[in-house]
Amino acid sequence: MKRMITVTINGEEQELAVEPYRSLLDTLRVEAGLTGSKKGCNVGDCGACTVILDGRPVNSCLVLAAEVDNCDVRTIEGLQHAPDRVHALQDNFMQYGAAQCGFCTPGILIMGKALLDENPDPTEDEIRFALAGNICRCTGYTKIIEAIRHTARQLAEERQGVES
Amino acid sequence: MKRVDYHEPTTLEEAVQLMTRYPDTASFFAGGTDLLVELREQTRRADHVVNLKRIPDLGMLTFDPRAGVHCGALVTVRTLENAPFIRAHYAGLWQAARELASIPVRERATLAGNVCRASPSADTLPPLIADQAVAHVYGPAGRRDVTLEDFFLGPGRTVLSHEEVLTGFSIPAPEPGTGKSYIKHGRRKAMELATVGVAVTLTLDGDSVRDLRIVLGAVAPTPIRAPEAEQVLIGKRPEPALIEQAAEAAIAGSRPISDVRSSADYRRRMVGVQTRRALQQALEAAR
Ligand code: FES
Ligand code: FES
Repeated sequence: MKRMITVTINGEEQELAVEPYRSLLDTLRVEAGLTGSKKGCNVGDCGACTVILDGRPVNSCLVLAAEVDNCDVRTIEGLQHAPDRVHALQDNFMQYGAAQCGFCTPGILIMGKALLDENPDPTEDEIRFALAGNICRCTGYTKIIEAIRHTARQLAEERQGVES
Repeated sequence: MKRVDYHEPTTLEEAVQLMTRYPDTASFFAGGTDLLVELREQTRRADHVVNLKRIPDLGMLTFDPRAGVHCGALVTVRTLENAPFIRAHYAGLWQAARELASIPVRERATLAGNVCRASPSADTLPPLIADQAVAHVYGPAGRRDVTLEDFFLGPGRTVLSHEEVLTGFSIPAPEPGTGKSYIKHGRRKAMELATVGVAVTLTLDGDSVRDLRIVLGAVAPTPIRAPEAEQVLIGKRPEPALIEQAAEAAIAGSRPISDVRSSADYRRRMVGVQTRRALQQALEAAR
């Protein structure tokens, strides 16, 4: 039997009818029509489905939609500030060539955002530690890490600019 | 995923009643990071999942310098990893927590789930046993406590009956002069299942070892103590030669199998290497 859930996705409250055994990932992709979150493995190994649930990064393939009733979900579609204004992470991923096929990119951008929210000035080791659950088969990770490091520096400069 | 009925009890009584009503086909559901994978890959059969997350108070994590830690069944591995008192006083458990899978998995996975899943290679089990953790259980006959050392029966099997729910853990506060360590041996740094795991909790009295527990993971059907290795050092000054002897005794006490991750012989050798290192780390921390 389907149940109704109310969930805020990227700031917009939605009512969705879902089978209780449906994953949050499938719900986002099918019921909510947000196909940015990717299904690489469906078992929590690849990180392509990572979203931010009530402020915490999770694998949406390992969450049931029924569990997120009254929760707040942020997906890759909600990362940019406006349709024509991408997030600094997205901009730097382009600048640094941190995406090739792009399949891992939504999950890594979300994980990068979760990391910077918690630790605005991460070391390379801390970035690698945070991204341990995000598999990329193309880039070799170096450019991803550089892009995140650079974003951290940029955001720090912006914050200082605001303060002074 | 195959269709299952989903239940959201709001009390422990209700949860236990649901399990009683579906004697073979219900599973408790906390973090879900193992359960959902098993259901999807059809390595576990369940027609009913009983989500525990709406039961109040199961998410509490507290520390008191005398009473130690109380950790409710819904506390996630990530919460433990981020708790300063876990890092400071339960270093073995902290190390095990931060090496379990990935951050997004740890944000959901619960300590209780890792324990109930009872995988021989589960990272959190050796340090919990080394720290003399006690599991609090609620079931049709009421409440009971079980030490983690007596909790595991075999791969995937524990002393819990189908209807019983693990509500949380108590872990005693460390005595002064205690050092702890957990070393996970794997083929890579992250997203790995332990080939061998060694936990040590050691208490010094002056120069000599007063109390010591060594627990080995992934080398037997359940995590096991290494009592012969402990006896080598208890009451003695932990000289390098004795540490070496304890490591040898740990090898003798392990019963590993060969599988895709490693041969039994390699596991045995790594038990020696990692027991020695874990003892050295714990000693350093104790001094
Ligand atoms: S699709 Fe969720 S972790 Fe791979
Ligand atoms: S860019 Fe192809 S998997 Fe990462």
